[in-house]
Amino acid sequence: MLEIKNLHVKLEEEDKVILRGVDLKIGAGEVHAIMGPNGSGKSTLSYVLSGRDGYEVTEGSAKLEGQELLEMEPEERAAAGLFLAFQYPVEIPGVGNMTFLRTAVNAQRKARGEEELSAGDFLKVVREKAKTLKIDAEMLKRPVNVGFSGGEKKRNEILQMAMLEPRMCILDETDSGLDVDAMKLVAEGVNALRSAGRSFLVITHYQRLLDHIKPDVVHIMAAGRIIKTGGPELALEVETNGYADILNEVG
Amino acid sequence: MALPKAKEDALAARLASLTLPAGKGWLASVRSEALSRLTAMGLPARRDEYWRYTDPTSLNAPAAPPAVRFEPGDEAEPFDGMDRLKIVFVDGIFDPAASDDLSLSGVTIERLALAGDTDIHWAQGLYGQLEARGQTPVARPLAALNSAFATDGVLIHVTGKAAKPVSLVYVHKSDTSDAILHHCVKLDAGACLTLLENGPAAARFSKVMEVDIADGAQFHHVRIQGRDHERRAVTHLFARLGAQAEMRSFTLTANGRLTRNEAVVELAGAEGRAHLAGATVGDGDFHHDDTVFVTHAAPACESRQVFKKVLMNGAVGVFQGKILVKPGAQKTDGYQISQSLLLDEDSQFLAKPELEIYADDVKCSHGSTSGAIDETALFYLQSRGVPRRRAQALLVLAFLAEAIQEIADEDIAEEIRGRLERWLARHGSTG
Repeated sequence: MLEIKNLHVKLEEEDKVILRGVDLKIGAGEVHAIMGPNGSGKSTLSYVLSGRDGYEVTEGSAKLEGQELLEMEPEERAAAGLFLAFQYPVEIPGVGNMTFLRTAVNAQRKARGEEELSAGDFLKVVREKAKTLKIDAEMLKRPVNVGFSGGEKKRNEILQMAMLEPRMCILDETDSGLDVDAMKLVAEGVNALRSAGRSFLVITHYQRLLDHIKPDVVHIMAAGRIIKTGGPELALEVETNGYADILNEVG
Repeated sequence: MALPKAKEDALAARLASLTLPAGKGWLASVRSEALSRLTAMGLPARRDEYWRYTDPTSLNAPAAPPAVRFEPGDEAEPFDGMDRLKIVFVDGIFDPAASDDLSLSGVTIERLALAGDTDIHWAQGLYGQLEARGQTPVARPLAALNSAFATDGVLIHVTGKAAKPVSLVYVHKSDTSDAILHHCVKLDAGACLTLLENGPAAARFSKVMEVDIADGAQFHHVRIQGRDHERRAVTHLFARLGAQAEMRSFTLTANGRLTRNEAVVELAGAEGRAHLAGATVGDGDFHHDDTVFVTHAAPACESRQVFKKVLMNGAVGVFQGKILVKPGAQKTDGYQISQSLLLDEDSQFLAKPELEIYADDVKCSHGSTSGAIDETALFYLQSRGVPRRRAQALLVLAFLAEAIQEIADEDIAEEIRGRLERWLARHGSTG
């Protein structure tokens, strides 16, 4: 599904190298987790994959089902099936959540040469999906993320994911700022979307999210590289001993 | 006091190109009064405080600088398909063939050019009167010039609920036309009118509208200014509101080399409400000036000024807005916001918000901001698959939303949004 090879990235504005040769391969239907200390480059990886400005790729490639992502505009990546659930979902005053969702869904359908959803059909689908995420009609009417609580913002991200039906989902610290109940609700939403044709990359500091979204593979990232890869037990090891042991072990 | 030499010369040059329209009735005398006001004030100059941000040279010039017409392509005329009474002016001259019959239930409509010759007319108490009142504390010489020299216009007397909107359509035909129109609108107590205006009118357009809104009457005004890129316009809206009267005025401006829209509103009776709003989009050689003066002269009135401008490729936006709260106007609720969205570093927004308050139990706020498009929001939208241009248009419309919300009629608001969307699609984005 997603294949990242020797990815090197630096900040555009300053001469600061963030990623120093990331290699990662995620198969269809797999859930991978990336853990790592602050500043290891986890969030940068998610931004570079989704096409945010301000980063310069100096080497390497990132392919989604064989298509080179790094040469595409952010909207093209989305249409190709990539989705990033933001760590800090953006507030957009003046744009209704519903308008936003419908514009996004139809823009992607159009880009893929599919017919746009009618207002009626769209409403039906969105109501149904919102209900399972406990998102009420009021939240759909309000401007995008404006006045939403932390939990509401994250649930809204998952709703977008459910509506857009991407094949490769990146969750950037989706657990940050959530209490246990909110985290469970978000995890349930994610788990409901798991399927053989859809892969996930879960970026997190803590093991606790991985109790709810069970990964197949866990990677440890430090200083811009993936330094260790293992099964779910690797996350437990980090939880117990912190990152220091692994960092020392790898040197 | 004698005028400075430069002002005297400019005025003499301008007056030499104008003739007082012939007439013997009431209008002739109010015209000559307006002319006296003008000669006492002289024409505006860049050195006048009120014209610091807008150069009046081309508005003062004896002849109108030429302007070619805009070809709208397959885009429908504004308010097309709406049930309305259409009154058409071509280069500032009433066109009876293109206009509807002027009879409308609840409303009496007359042409200024015909009604001016009578000895007595209701408009005598309005024409030039609110304009004259609006000359203090700030001089508005171009409005006085208009009162003196207007060649046409309509006198609208609303006695009940107007059966449908009255729609003034200003067609521009000649590249060098110089149109001066003056309208008076009088709403009796409890009457109700929606007035629509659209079109460039001429290469250079001067328009004054005086509106007297009696107790409990409602006046809704929506204007879409002409899209000719080279046109110039100076407009004045003078309004006086009685007790519990309501006025809502919204203006959409896209294109035009120079536009100065002045609004002078007096809340003269208790619990009146005046909302003034504008949405402006300008690309390139575009200068747009909203100059607004709202006076709270009675208690418990509400006023809102909401002006938003989107500027790109060196376009310039100006806002001069004032709220004056007179002694005794307690419980005033005044709000003023002027904002610009600058889509590049070449564009400019100049704002001068003012409050002057002589009552102690009032709520007044004003704010003015200038900003760029929110790149984070743009990326967020793109990351969900919305193409950059469309994402930018969404954010621009969101920025303008507060002004568009001031339109009472949702169908008209929807039309305005559609026009803005198409304009944004054509003018694209920087970056």
